[in-house]
Amino acid sequence: MEAKHQWKGWIFLAPALILMAVFTFYPFFKTIGITFLNGYNPLKATNQTFEFGIQNFIDAFNYPKFTSCLYNTIIVTIVTVPISTMLALLISVALNSIRPLQKILQTIFFLPYVTNTIAIGMVFAVMFSVIGTPSRFTTVGVINTIFGTKINWINISMIGGSNASHFTRMFVLCVYIIWNALPFKIMILLGALQSVNKQYYDAAKIDCATKAKTFWRITVPMLSPMIAYVLITGFIGSFKEYTASVAVFGNDLNSIDMNTMVGFIYNQIALAEFGRAAAGALILFAIILVFTMFSRWVGSKKVHY
Amino acid sequence: MKIVLDGLTKEFENKKKNSKVIAVNNVSIDIPSGTLVGLLGPSGCGKSTTLFMLSGLLAPTRGSIVFGDKDVTHLEPQKRGIGLVFQNYALYPHMTVLQNILFPLENIGMPKDERIERAHEVAKVVQIENLLDRKPSELSGGQQQRVAIARALAKAPDVLLLDEPLSNLDARLRLQTREEIKRIQRETQVTTVFVTHDQEEAMSICDVIVVMKLGVVQQVGVPQEIYDDPHNLFVAQFLGTPPINTFAGVIKKGGVYIGKEKIMDTKLPDQEIYVAIRPEGFIPAKDGVLTLNFDHLEVMGRERSILSTHESSLKPLIRSIVEEFEETGAKSYKFNLKPHKVFLFNKETEIRISDDKVYDAPVVMKGLEQVQLEEKKENAFQKAWNKCKGVFKKKEKAEEVKENSEESKEK
Repeated sequence: MEAKHQWKGWIFLAPALILMAVFTFYPFFKTIGITFLNGYNPLKATNQTFEFGIQNFIDAFNYPKFTSCLYNTIIVTIVTVPISTMLALLISVALNSIRPLQKILQTIFFLPYVTNTIAIGMVFAVMFSVIGTPSRFTTVGVINTIFGTKINWINISMIGGSNASHFTRMFVLCVYIIWNALPFKIMILLGALQSVNKQYYDAAKIDCATKAKTFWRITVPMLSPMIAYVLITGFIGSFKEYTASVAVFGNDLNSIDMNTMVGFIYNQIALAEFGRAAAGALILFAIILVFTMFSRWVGSKKVHY
Repeated sequence: MKIVLDGLTKEFENKKKNSKVIAVNNVSIDIPSGTLVGLLGPSGCGKSTTLFMLSGLLAPTRGSIVFGDKDVTHLEPQKRGIGLVFQNYALYPHMTVLQNILFPLENIGMPKDERIERAHEVAKVVQIENLLDRKPSELSGGQQQRVAIARALAKAPDVLLLDEPLSNLDARLRLQTREEIKRIQRETQVTTVFVTHDQEEAMSICDVIVVMKLGVVQQVGVPQEIYDDPHNLFVAQFLGTPPINTFAGVIKKGGVYIGKEKIMDTKLPDQEIYVAIRPEGFIPAKDGVLTLNFDHLEVMGRERSILSTHESSLKPLIRSIVEEFEETGAKSYKFNLKPHKVFLFNKETEIRISDDKVYDAPVVMKGLEQVQLEEKKENAFQKAWNKCKGVFKKKEKAEEVKENSEESKEK
């Protein structure tokens, strides 16, 4: 009976499948095709053919800003994903353990998720901005004021002063990305926490476990499937990070070496270098694939489903 | 370790309904060291609540709990030295059986070699040595239950608490495991409190039974003693399979009557009563004192039961287990009664009455009903609101009355 009605299932799937075929599967395979056509350009002359080869990859690697983009992307991923997951775990456990104001605090922690990324980025830029000259500051920004420092975090140049260093810019970017990534992770982990049977905590109390021990030996393993989910989606998301950088530093990212891989791809498209853009996309895809496979391999040993 | 409960009371407040439920009411019990005590009662009688207060997972509203010489009323569960087996076992699903048993030992800081040795030792007692590497999800209900007991016993607790541990098992496994619990308790000599709603289970393995109803202790005693000498109607009806037969009766001029038949003599004053007779208390006899209308005969292996009816019986069928009986086709049969299987209860208080002993009512805290819904003081807003509701109700009632009177006039 099930086999008889299979065509019905396909009909129900058809709208999604057609859209995905047009906007996901075709572009995906087309991109792979383009990557291996040297100097590909869609505005080709009649009868013009492109040679099959790996020139696009060579061009991409040799492009002056490529290494900086790749470096930034990897740093952002390695720094922000573990930190934001840890913070999200701590915050969700804290949120779960308080009774009064829980709903209000949940809403507050969720607000960044529904706020515009660019708007938040601009606020961060303002908070870290320094205006004036080193001898006479008009303002050193909110952050410098709070911590009593006079660091030039992100500005390109101050009159008579030096540019902000790559390190401080990276620091601001990471803080911003971590803060921006928290709400979603908190929501997922809090939901998972609230579905853990309270009896296990009672059992842990009877078994003389301390609070810390209960957290590491009971809570974390119980949450491990959700932690794995948050980590893997986090890795994928941060490899694709671009808007954060634009939001804090504006459009001209290459000049201050704050561009990312996705930024690199966009730049190449703007330059009509489709072959190079496709090569960049495929490199990014390969990195994400390897990372995800690795995470799943680790997960298969540590995650208790 | 000896356990003393004194005036233990637990109230649950329902803030939305503005009411209070007294789940456990003034429970005072002495549990001698090394005994297996059963808390027995129907669901909602507060037996599990009492157990959780013993474990420290619930804080009592009033009263005290003493383990040995130490008052543990306000002590955290970690510091009480107890083992608790949960109703659904609560084994940590991500740990193997061995890790589950090791977890409490790890927490009390036992050295590694010693705790592995101890875990194997305990596993041997509950016979799960071959399951140590499995996850709880790979075990049957009975095996999980034994692992839960092993985990509770591992740290050598002074008190072992069991919350309806057999309720998830099938009938056969239940018989087997309850024997096992008894065996383990005898071997380890740990003071054990066992919660159950199954009177047969309690009767078969407990040294002492505490019968509870609506948060109040009804009777404490050795199983056989409670069966032979119930202090009130509830206890008489709750214990025993098949259940006791209850009749409405009266005492008139020194005689106990069911319907028009005088079944026995008594010195008690005239009053309305309940007469409860155990199924095994009937002896068929031609000159019997009680006449029952025959319904049908039930033969089940070694038992022969006569099922009959009587207009004064509280239940539709009366069951009497007899040794010899010949069916003659008569509509009714006469029975003599074994006097020690017949109990009399006052109709109002349902407390046992007898010629040679005075029975006390269950001890309830002064000013507290068995389960009491106590209205809190109304605040101004609620007062106003209730007044409004009152006015509406009055109006509705007035209208109803009007309609009714009109209808009756029409008629």
